[in-house]
Amino acid sequence: MAGITRDEVLHVARLARLELSEDEVAKFQAQLSQILEAVSKVAELDLAGVPPTAHPLAIANAWDDDVPRPCLGLDEAFANAPDREDDYFRTPPA
Amino acid sequence: MTLDTLRLTAEEARRLLDAKEVSGAELWSAYADAIELRDPELHAYLHVCEDPGGDGLPLAVKDVIGTRGIPTTAGSKILEGYVPVYDATVVANAKRHGLRVLGKTNTDEFAMGSSTENSAYGPSRNPWDPSRVPGGSGGGSAAAVSGGLAPWALGSDTGGSIKQPAALCGHVGLRPTYGTVSRYGVVAFASSLDQVGPVAKTVRDCAFLYSIISGRDANDTTTVDVPAVQLPEGEELKGLRIGVPKEMNGAPGIEPGVTAAVNAALELAESLGASVEECSLPRSVDYGVACYYLVAPAEASANLARYDGARYGLRVDGDDFREMVMRTRDAGFGDEPKRRIMIGTYALSSGYYDAYYGTAQRVRTVIKREHDELFERFDVLASPTSPTVAFPIGAKIDDPVAMYMNDVLTIPSCMAGLPGLNIPCGLSDGLPVGLQLVGPQFGENTLFRAGHALERALAFDVVPERLRG
Repeated sequence: MAGITRDEVLHVARLARLELSEDEVAKFQAQLSQILEAVSKVAELDLAGVPPTAHPLAIANAWDDDVPRPCLGLDEAFANAPDREDDYFRTPPA
Repeated sequence: MTLDTLRLTAEEARRLLDAKEVSGAELWSAYADAIELRDPELHAYLHVCEDPGGDGLPLAVKDVIGTRGIPTTAGSKILEGYVPVYDATVVANAKRHGLRVLGKTNTDEFAMGSSTENSAYGPSRNPWDPSRVPGGSGGGSAAAVSGGLAPWALGSDTGGSIKQPAALCGHVGLRPTYGTVSRYGVVAFASSLDQVGPVAKTVRDCAFLYSIISGRDANDTTTVDVPAVQLPEGEELKGLRIGVPKEMNGAPGIEPGVTAAVNAALELAESLGASVEECSLPRSVDYGVACYYLVAPAEASANLARYDGARYGLRVDGDDFREMVMRTRDAGFGDEPKRRIMIGTYALSSGYYDAYYGTAQRVRTVIKREHDELFERFDVLASPTSPTVAFPIGAKIDDPVAMYMNDVLTIPSCMAGLPGLNIPCGLSDGLPVGLQLVGPQFGENTLFRAGHALERALAFDVVPERLRG
């Protein structure tokens, strides 16, 4: 299972929206292979009948009263925007 | 009066303020002067604040924790210049108690690392030996507290980022039980693991800061009601049952000097009335790191998807939206977030999900059950916090897997959602060794009691040897 191909690195980078340079592709292919080999150890255990844990506390839903509360104003919400047009975040076309 | 910030505890500073022996402005100046003197060497801070006034205690805040009007970068170029428009709940709680934010402390980028070498703004240095790392990811908060640049600090801990730096810098740090401290306004890394916690010189300071920041918060639905915090006072440990997992002490990879200091502390615990007995976590230690480095990157890959250049943070322009996003993320993220995003994306991707992420979640159940069983017989589990003392800057930076093994002893209890306290217990080669005390969920008061009594008996001097006057 260990070892990740160059194509897989490019595929994963695309899924993760990372544009990698050629140098990065080579470096990460070697490092990710090493990391995947280390984490593949989880497959050694017999886990028959063991349920997954997604969250360490035994709590289910948390409920809150459905009442309006103050929230950020538009200027605050846009305070860190790289580009704004009126009440929208402006970006290059999709 | 002259204040020795290297030695001053928050409790003593509070007493001096209450007795009017020192003013709020004088106290702030003492830390500002210490920062000016020693931070050029230690690089604990990414941002230092102006005195907001008042007579509250100063508090350093790890730079993954959002502070209104104060830059918050998470150690990343992708958040350079980002200024939050609201306070994280923990900061709001601290301010409500009058605390003043002294500055923002350095961290591995997005809290991913064990040395602060992954900070986009350069590493922090260990006050005991500036050629060595202070640990990570909370190395900035650790260096600030150990170097007398803050009386106490807030950190965050996903797999050891409070406990391991506390061990390497020789002070106290608590990773609280999952769900006891709000993460609202904290830059998210791995949401089923992230916890905010206190970093201080003494267990009592740590307990007090924990009492300020903890509690249920409607803005973080994972938080729960928290038992009242008891400030520890006792000096004995009668009736306390300490378990020592044999895989976590004296095991291969753990430095002999670390084991020796921990064993001496355990003998002291026995002399204070505790029972100390060997026990076992056979699979938690062996499989913890592998489990963590699937679960945490998987969650990180989802959490870090929000950095897209559209709404805040860095933007690198492109001809279309997708190109802008990809260029922004390539330019803004350093190597470690990129590695973890890709590992996490791979582990969650179609065809690999069951083999990696699904399996890791089942291993997490195994780890949790092993701990639950031990807490039927023991009140506290004790071990070294870090297998080694502080290592030289640069020693592990090119070997991600070797770096990940720094957290082999802190990760298992984090996976199980358990609280863990580091207290300094001695020196090895002139560098601090940390003792890790792990309790059952919501067992903070037991950890404070045990940690306080041991701290008194150990009488470890938290001031780095080379800085003692």
